[in-house]
Amino acid sequence: MTNEKTVREPLFHISKRDTLPWWKCWLIRIAAVFAALVLSSLLIIVLVKKNPVELYASIFNGNFGSGTKTWLTFQDTAILLCIALAVTPAFKMKFWNIGAEGQVLAGCLASAACVFYIGSSVPNWLLLVIMTVCAILAGAIWAVIPAVFKAIFNTNETLFTLMMNYIATFLIAFFLNKWVKSGSGTLGILEDGHFPVIGDNPSLLTVLIVLFFAAAMFVYLKFSKHGYEIAVVGESVNTAKYAGINVKKVIIRTLILSGALCGITGLLLVGAINHTLTTSLAGGRGFTAIMVSWLAKFNPLYMILTAFIVVFFQKGANQLASDFPTLMTKDFGDIIVGIIFLFIIGCEFFIGYAIKFRKREKKEKTAEVTE
Amino acid sequence: MEKQTALELKGISKYFGSVVANKNVNLSVFKNEILSLLGENGSGKTTLMNMISGIYFPDEGQIFIDGEEVIIRSPKDAFKYKIGMIHQHFKLVDVFSAAENVVLGIDDGEKYNIKQVNSRVREIAEKYGFEIDPQKKIHEMSVSEKQTVEIIKVLYRGADILILDEPTAVLTPQEIKKLFGVLRKMREDGKSIIIITHKLNEVMEISDRVAILRKGEYIGTVNTAETNEKQLTEMMVGKKVELKIERVKTDFDRPLLELRDLIIKKDDGSTAIDGVNFYIRGGEILGVAGVAGCGQKELCEAIAGLRKLESGFIMHKGESIVGLPPKEIIKKGIAMSFIPEDRLGMGLVPSFSITDNMMLKTYGEGKSPFVNRKSARERANGLIERLEIVTPSTETPVRRLSGGNVQKVLVGREIESSPNVIVTAYPVRGLDINSSYAIYDILNEQKKNGVGILFIGEDLDVMLALCDKIMVLCHGKNMGIVHAEKTTKEQLGLMMTGALDLNEQKKDKVFGKAKDSNLTEEQWSAAEERAEAEKEFKEKSDD
Repeated sequence: MTNEKTVREPLFHISKRDTLPWWKCWLIRIAAVFAALVLSSLLIIVLVKKNPVELYASIFNGNFGSGTKTWLTFQDTAILLCIALAVTPAFKMKFWNIGAEGQVLAGCLASAACVFYIGSSVPNWLLLVIMTVCAILAGAIWAVIPAVFKAIFNTNETLFTLMMNYIATFLIAFFLNKWVKSGSGTLGILEDGHFPVIGDNPSLLTVLIVLFFAAAMFVYLKFSKHGYEIAVVGESVNTAKYAGINVKKVIIRTLILSGALCGITGLLLVGAINHTLTTSLAGGRGFTAIMVSWLAKFNPLYMILTAFIVVFFQKGANQLASDFPTLMTKDFGDIIVGIIFLFIIGCEFFIGYAIKFRKREKKEKTAEVTE
Repeated sequence: MEKQTALELKGISKYFGSVVANKNVNLSVFKNEILSLLGENGSGKTTLMNMISGIYFPDEGQIFIDGEEVIIRSPKDAFKYKIGMIHQHFKLVDVFSAAENVVLGIDDGEKYNIKQVNSRVREIAEKYGFEIDPQKKIHEMSVSEKQTVEIIKVLYRGADILILDEPTAVLTPQEIKKLFGVLRKMREDGKSIIIITHKLNEVMEISDRVAILRKGEYIGTVNTAETNEKQLTEMMVGKKVELKIERVKTDFDRPLLELRDLIIKKDDGSTAIDGVNFYIRGGEILGVAGVAGCGQKELCEAIAGLRKLESGFIMHKGESIVGLPPKEIIKKGIAMSFIPEDRLGMGLVPSFSITDNMMLKTYGEGKSPFVNRKSARERANGLIERLEIVTPSTETPVRRLSGGNVQKVLVGREIESSPNVIVTAYPVRGLDINSSYAIYDILNEQKKNGVGILFIGEDLDVMLALCDKIMVLCHGKNMGIVHAEKTTKEQLGLMMTGALDLNEQKKDKVFGKAKDSNLTEEQWSAAEERAEAEKEFKEKSDD
């Protein structure tokens, strides 16, 4: 019997852990961030021969360098969070809605259209109400079309929602061409339909609104009957039917909610932040939001943190590129950010599993055998 | 004759987190021997065997083959040491033929020659007394034929140590007899066979020695000739148990659920249930016997309103429930629990806590937009206490509970809703003796309360002891309904395979139509006429 090849025990094997206490989980996560910083520092020293602390300071300054910058960070976090909240109920139901980008743009288009056509003829408060209603409707319609097809014909929602994104983008391009007589395709600042400003801080209202949504979504998913239905459908459609849940109804209702929240994000982008309309208003955040939602394991409160982390590093990478233009391209900043992300996500594995190494004494014994 | 040790385990342990699957297990198997591995569910039998066949790696301990220590890191290593495992769930490619499945994955550097393979497969089959057509496709095969392919697959690779994980669970009595014949021939040929099973009578019949595990620990090995079922049970459970299922005598009520001329189709469009009649009275347990996949699942789903009927009637207390949404059927007091092979499937949400699973069917009650977790938690606590469910808390996900406790949660919840009809399929699937008896007791208690029970089971011994009447299905047809007291296992086995059809024997008798039906014959024929008319109308409007 051949025995030489497999006589050695494997170097390590992986086994499942029990649930760790929360503080141990956080210890692992903090250790992961620390390890990522150490590795990045080595890279910085070796590749660009700079003091890593300088670069980290630049990342920090990109986010919190001034009062305006700080509030911009919060505002961007809020927008990303809002979209993440919107996709969450659908994802929890295992409805792979990757059309948030298009749903947000539909909301943008609807709000901007309201301002463009009736902005000057109605009082501002009424305009805001009309904008809200239209944005919610537009977002909801954009989401409910694939949902209806999914519920009735079982079409693939991933492809469907993806294609709806393109339609929304080109619809905006079409209307911009129609509205802007010069043919330049840039609309300029809209004069009407601005959201009220709290104090002199233009970002605060957006942040507050989104924080309210986060709390409301948390309660909705965890304590409401609808939230319960969403969870059951997500776990197993068969079980849901067995329990007497009308699965089609739940899919359609949830996607209306999801789309409506995207529409509201579009409304905030037009009415509270940019006051204009371009095809790049959503800026890919419809996709980034999916990552934010997953990272938070679909918990709306954790999402506040994950959205912040994502925004923090994006801004940091941009700041690096502008602070050290001679030393590196934007790519190097992305590498650093990528490493940190990899460690943050990767450490979740060590929370779920333990790695057991081969025992030392055994190693010596097998060494003797091979001699 | 001096016995030669083929396989020896010394101090084997395996942990999953803080769960001990195996602890310090010592076990040896001789050549020319059939060893039964006996233990309750969750006692670590399958984990132990998986370590021998290279699927898991032991945390502690040594494995010896023919006296030499070996390290088995993968199924490939196991194959090198001539160890072959036949798993409970077959791992075959449906669209391939038997021979193609047998050689799949063999990489010996030789040119693939299907003719040679076919003849070798035939050779092996002849040698041990299998019946197999090497060119037959897997999807055309019965369960027992598929099992044969799995065994040949292992023999083809030259295995000397064969491990069979609950091989008899899916077979009819006649097929079991055949399998045992084959195993005996293998033993004569010098092979070592380890067989995992729950059924004590099979252990007594087939094995030379019995090794017993309890809660992951090795209890001991006894010679089959020197023991009896009672001793084995005591070793397995750790205390004395009464091995008798009670058949409670009750006064039968009028039929609660009457089903006539049922035709139900499977997902793939083939016929699952073909013109079946039966009824369930209050205070009666009607058993349904049949080989796996002969329409049991579809029947359950149809009663619960989850599957459309092609035609036929389901009358609950004289009122038709055909076409009602599942919610309405639940409200009428018809509870269905189906335990699928993976034991979680339909009925429970694995990642939900016990509390959340308790409200699966009742979460919608009340006008509040929020779920009432408090009352669900109280009910969960009540259930845990009454059925002695072992769990850290009501908030533990059911996926973390052991099989027996999961099933107690499911059956318990169904009874909690105080139904008048219980449809239960495989409620003791894979359960240990104690838990199984707990479930039988629950069902008997419900029977005493006048509930009508449809019991779809696997183990004929249990059905003979527990049920009042047994209906036998074969390819979706009703082979007849017999009184459990007046029939035998052999008769049921013949009916299951279709060799015996009581409809042909007793042509004057119609099975499954109650004399004291809730509907008069006129009403039945009126319902039939109505259905006919509806069908015609539908066909016309389709044109």
